[in-house]
Amino acid sequence: MRRRTRAVALAALAGLVLPLAACSSDEGGPPTLTWYINPDDGGQAEIAKRCTEAADGAYRITTSVLPRDASAQREQLARRLAAKDSSIDIMSLDPPFIPELAEPGFLAPIPEDVATKVSKDVVQGALAGATWKDKLVAVPFWANTQLLWYRKSVAEKAGLDPAKEPVTWKQLIDVAKEQDKLLAVQGTKAESLTVWINALVESAGGHVLTNPEAPADELKLGLETDAGKAAAEVMSSIGKQGLGGPGLPTADENASLTLFQGDKGSFMVNWPFVWSATNAAVKDGTLDQSLVDDIGWALYPGMKEGEKSRPPYGGINLGVGAFSSHVDEAFKATECIVTPENQAYYFATNGNPPSNTKSYEDAEVKKAFPMADVIRESLENAAPRPQTPYYNEVSLGLQETWHPPASVDPATTPKKSTDFITAVLRGEQLL
Amino acid sequence: MTAEVATPRTVEEAVKPRKKKPVRSDRAKAEARLGWMLAGPAFVVMLLVTVYPILQACYDSLFSYRLTAPDDKAFIGLRNYIEVITDPVFLQALLVTVVIMVVSVIVELVLGFALALVMHRAITQLRGLLRTAILVPYGIITVVSAFAWFYAFDINSGFVNHWFGWVPGISTDLNWFAQQGTSLFVIIASEIWKTTPFISLLLLAGLAQVPSELEEAAEVDGATWWQRLTRVVLPNMKAAIMVAVLFRALDAFRIFDNVFIMTNGANDTTVLSLLAYRTSIGRLEIGLGSAISVILFLCVILICFIAIKLFKVDLAGARGES
Repeated sequence: MRRRTRAVALAALAGLVLPLAACSSDEGGPPTLTWYINPDDGGQAEIAKRCTEAADGAYRITTSVLPRDASAQREQLARRLAAKDSSIDIMSLDPPFIPELAEPGFLAPIPEDVATKVSKDVVQGALAGATWKDKLVAVPFWANTQLLWYRKSVAEKAGLDPAKEPVTWKQLIDVAKEQDKLLAVQGTKAESLTVWINALVESAGGHVLTNPEAPADELKLGLETDAGKAAAEVMSSIGKQGLGGPGLPTADENASLTLFQGDKGSFMVNWPFVWSATNAAVKDGTLDQSLVDDIGWALYPGMKEGEKSRPPYGGINLGVGAFSSHVDEAFKATECIVTPENQAYYFATNGNPPSNTKSYEDAEVKKAFPMADVIRESLENAAPRPQTPYYNEVSLGLQETWHPPASVDPATTPKKSTDFITAVLRGEQLL
Repeated sequence: MTAEVATPRTVEEAVKPRKKKPVRSDRAKAEARLGWMLAGPAFVVMLLVTVYPILQACYDSLFSYRLTAPDDKAFIGLRNYIEVITDPVFLQALLVTVVIMVVSVIVELVLGFALALVMHRAITQLRGLLRTAILVPYGIITVVSAFAWFYAFDINSGFVNHWFGWVPGISTDLNWFAQQGTSLFVIIASEIWKTTPFISLLLLAGLAQVPSELEEAAEVDGATWWQRLTRVVLPNMKAAIMVAVLFRALDAFRIFDNVFIMTNGANDTTVLSLLAYRTSIGRLEIGLGSAISVILFLCVILICFIAIKLFKVDLAGARGES
């Protein structure tokens, strides 16, 4: 009986200790770098494999998947970095959250030579999104931007050719009204609403924050300006006149794509994933090829005639954890990950546009994305969302005061949201 | 049944100082020791996973502390609490939480009682099947049921608008999650669908405790069905009803999943748990978020206190122990 008890105890002990032993790094071999990636179609894992081979034994890269939602990715990384987690070597970061991690020193400073190498041939929007306080703090990887997608039949009927002549929001609203069509925009209370507001304000020549690098209680908003009012006017007309359809207050990127593909579809602002998604639906037989033939693309709509728009900017940049035990190797790995060849591969297979202009010359890319050149041009004009460590408060504050779009009033909303966000930033109000 | 039989005390007994501890038999001692040995480990684990975080939250709530600015951590006393209690966002969330709690508990109580009666009276052959069928919603994970209800009412993929188009006010263009009223309706309906079985189970236990002789006696005396229900059955299962109300009220007050999945607080549907989550986890404001959590905790204790002291809920009575 006693022997049996002892055997059970030993087995239990082994069960407890063995998994821990597996956690300890194996001494002697090349250092293993952990790359925390956002979920994708397997592109980052493949790039990690390629770079491990290219390193020739200098390091190995393994990937670890973060949550699907960008804000959940930020929450996890911020919490772990605040606890000085040394297992985070490389991380895929959504650009708006980079200042929040850079400010407290959670990101390892990028050595000069690495910074020079990884900035070469990179589009302006992506560089701006990886910079905090005039310093490159993350390595630009892939860069996303929204385009104007339109139904050629609708544009033709209205006498517009957005591909040749940039169009304005006012024109889109007028055409949708005239032809009894719907505009596909993202009006749900989520990050996509902030993306829209920021693009409208920036395109009208303003900024959501005028001094984004200031401390929380000194941040100033630029919404009570002509640009802020113009942005509110566009959103309010679309909301109040029902041009976004009844689903507007809950429409995210996928819902707007469905609307655009429907009978009442006319114009849509959205990320390039819509192209591969629509083509895939045709392949599956759920949509007709004639729909794809009817889809055109152009630069994001402007606010004033003759003035260039400032399209939204998104994507992923790579940060190196400040508490990693292999910072040098991690930077070497990021250099490998962002080579033009890898970025081109990632675009062609996963649909995520490169930040490096060289990658756009790749034949595979041109075949998969006929609008690659427009994407590249859009990225050059793109305006990042406010770069502040308090981005989350600013974004949630905008969503709180500009949702639903039909409630937006150009006369009061800019002031209301300025007062609200300022109070939140000063710690005088909950969010 | 909690009726006590009064025992006459002698003067001597009343005057005598109470004994500190009654002498326990060896068997009673051994049973108590066994009880502690069996429950002890679980008790220690409970202490570790509940008391420690509660104390930590109380401590953190006294600081201005943002996770991404650890160097700026500063002691500010009760300022977080004052800020939270006087904030319109908090008061709005409190109101929404109370509305959800009151409406869902009342509807669940009525529906749950009806279901309990059906289960109680059902023909013996059907009883097992019926109980299983009624319990299915309760067995579903809340997040899953929240998604199911969300997609059912969603304007793009939902079927509710198509099926109930004939009801005045419902059409294919109705976006349930675009206004406060309709959003709360779906949230509360989903909550009711999911937890009514729980209430009906508690009430069924109460029903089973009502002695059938009492009902039979009332019937012989010529009482109608309604009179038997209100004069005999309900008063005799008061303890079970109050326990059901208390448990569900506490549960409903902490509602999170349904709101998080369906609206994430849009259209003024933020509830207290979501506000605490958004502040601590989303904004990483540990101090402020902890203060909201502590207030939420105090509200729950207050509900318990009101139920147990004012409405005299007898937790042991519901189990038929007294």
